[in-house]
Amino acid sequence: MVEKIIIENLCIDYGGVHALKNVSLSVKEHEILGIIGPANSGKTSFLRALNRLNDLDLSSHLSGSIYLNGKEINREMDAEEVRKKVTMVFALPIPLPMSIFDNVAYGPRRHGTKDRKRLAEIVEKSLKAGFLWDEVKDRLSSSAMKLSGGQQQRLCIARTLAVEPEVILYDEPCSGLDPISTAKVEDAMRELKSRYTQILVTNNVKQAARVGDRVAFFLMGELVEIDEANRIFTAPKDKRTNDYLTGRFG
Amino acid sequence: MEFFIEKAILLNGFACILFVILIFFFLAKDGLALFKFVTIQDFLFGTLWNPLAEPPQFGILPLFLGSLIVTLGATIISVPLGMACAIFIGEIAPRWMRETLKAGVELLAAIPSIVIGFIGMTMLGPVVKNLFHLPTGLTALTGALALAFMAIPTIVSIMEDAISSVPRIYKEGSLALGATHWQTIYRVIIPAASSGIVAAVMLGIGRVIGETMAVMMLTGNASVIPKTILAPVRTMTATIAAEMGETVRGSEHYFALFALGLVLFVITFFINLVADAALHRKQK
Ligand SMILES: Nc1ncnc2c1ncn2[C@@H]1O[C@H](COP(=O)(O)OP(=O)(O)OP(=O)(O)O)[C@@H](O)[C@H]1O
Ligand SMILES: [Mg+2]
Repeated sequence: MVEKIIIENLCIDYGGVHALKNVSLSVKEHEILGIIGPANSGKTSFLRALNRLNDLDLSSHLSGSIYLNGKEINREMDAEEVRKKVTMVFALPIPLPMSIFDNVAYGPRRHGTKDRKRLAEIVEKSLKAGFLWDEVKDRLSSSAMKLSGGQQQRLCIARTLAVEPEVILYDEPCSGLDPISTAKVEDAMRELKSRYTQILVTNNVKQAARVGDRVAFFLMGELVEIDEANRIFTAPKDKRTNDYLTGRFG
Repeated sequence: MEFFIEKAILLNGFACILFVILIFFFLAKDGLALFKFVTIQDFLFGTLWNPLAEPPQFGILPLFLGSLIVTLGATIISVPLGMACAIFIGEIAPRWMRETLKAGVELLAAIPSIVIGFIGMTMLGPVVKNLFHLPTGLTALTGALALAFMAIPTIVSIMEDAISSVPRIYKEGSLALGATHWQTIYRVIIPAASSGIVAAVMLGIGRVIGETMAVMMLTGNASVIPKTILAPVRTMTATIAAEMGETVRGSEHYFALFALGLVLFVITFFINLVADAALHRKQK
């Protein structure tokens, strides 16, 4: 498989706090990479570096290289270009304060799609891909804030799909959801595999096992181990991974 | 305990409403007395304000238009500038500059209006005069510029509060979809802060309408209907302030000034009403 993202010696610190220490790994095209690890292990910092949202934290300092399709994202690309190709679904599924339709159409509109018919097509296609279309197709013009938490999270996925990214990052996308909504979000991820590269940060080890092709284990800013999901969960190489999975810490 | 606090707050609320009603009746009692001498039409649409003429003329149209042109001018100048400034402070300026600018804006808000009037008279007036080749620098434009200067700090500080209290997740959500910073400001942050922005504009206009000292010093005090913004005008507030001292209590002139106050009251009341309606429509 092609390597979509290559990360070399990535370090991030926030004014003295080292959130990531020398992380090197690569992400293959169209895989789902699960990332697990206890709180404060640097998972969110890692994701935010990949679509340059860490630019917004003025105290953060990054070193190392991140290549997307062979191009270094901090030195050879604009932030907007990176974020259009690598989009993020946040832990708290917060839609923008506008209608359902406008939420999904937001990205395409900003990237220059004006035609109403074309937008309507994109919105329908994206909502279908996010498994939300049937639930909202009759109220596209009502406020997105009125949806349930699970629906809001799928809306956030749909609006992400609407910009036709290449990589989707999820930061604990199911942390606030019930099991049924969680299952729907996971279905959506599996469905999207054929077209997108996905990275899923999760606090739920079982979720990583259910949807991840490969899984990386982070601990205190270090990448401890990355391997095929079934191997990580059955025969981890590192003792710390084993300790974490068996609940001995974290 | 809770019972008493609740009741005390309730009482305060009622007291506020009561005061507004009392002020209204106080104004209305003396203001409406004018109409024993002058018809409402002559008062509202009369084009001459000359209390010392024989018989005295109490047409407020020139004063109303004077207030209108100065207020409108000040609003047109201060709202875009204030908004640009608030966006710069809230979104664009680096952190160290942000704090300095905020402190500066608050300092500006504290300058007494008489000082602004004074500076306007000695510095702004001559500039306006020379720039437009006018016989006098004391015009509606001079007043509007000085008033804009007074309104801007209010507008900036309230708007900046509204802008920086927009949840961070909205901003990041928009940026994460590949929108640029400007698109995010324009499409997400400003709409999300819109009720605060409207409130800021309303309070700014409120300050401008009520302002008396500076406009008295700067607008030339000519109670004629202004043809351009470069003409000297006289506002309603300035008229009341200038003439109240020389009227005899209970005279026609005295009642006329109260009627003028009543008009001001009604205007501000309606502006507030409209602002409220705008805010509530937005929230739905
Ligand atoms: N904006 C920031 N400013 C300062 N320090 C930060 C910032 N973001 C993260 N950190 C620090 O970096 C470290 C890693 O945080 P990060 O959010 O990446 O962990 P995480 O693995 O996502 O944790 P969790 O599972 O709790 O979400 C923590 O020590 C945290 O305090
Ligand atoms: Mg996190």
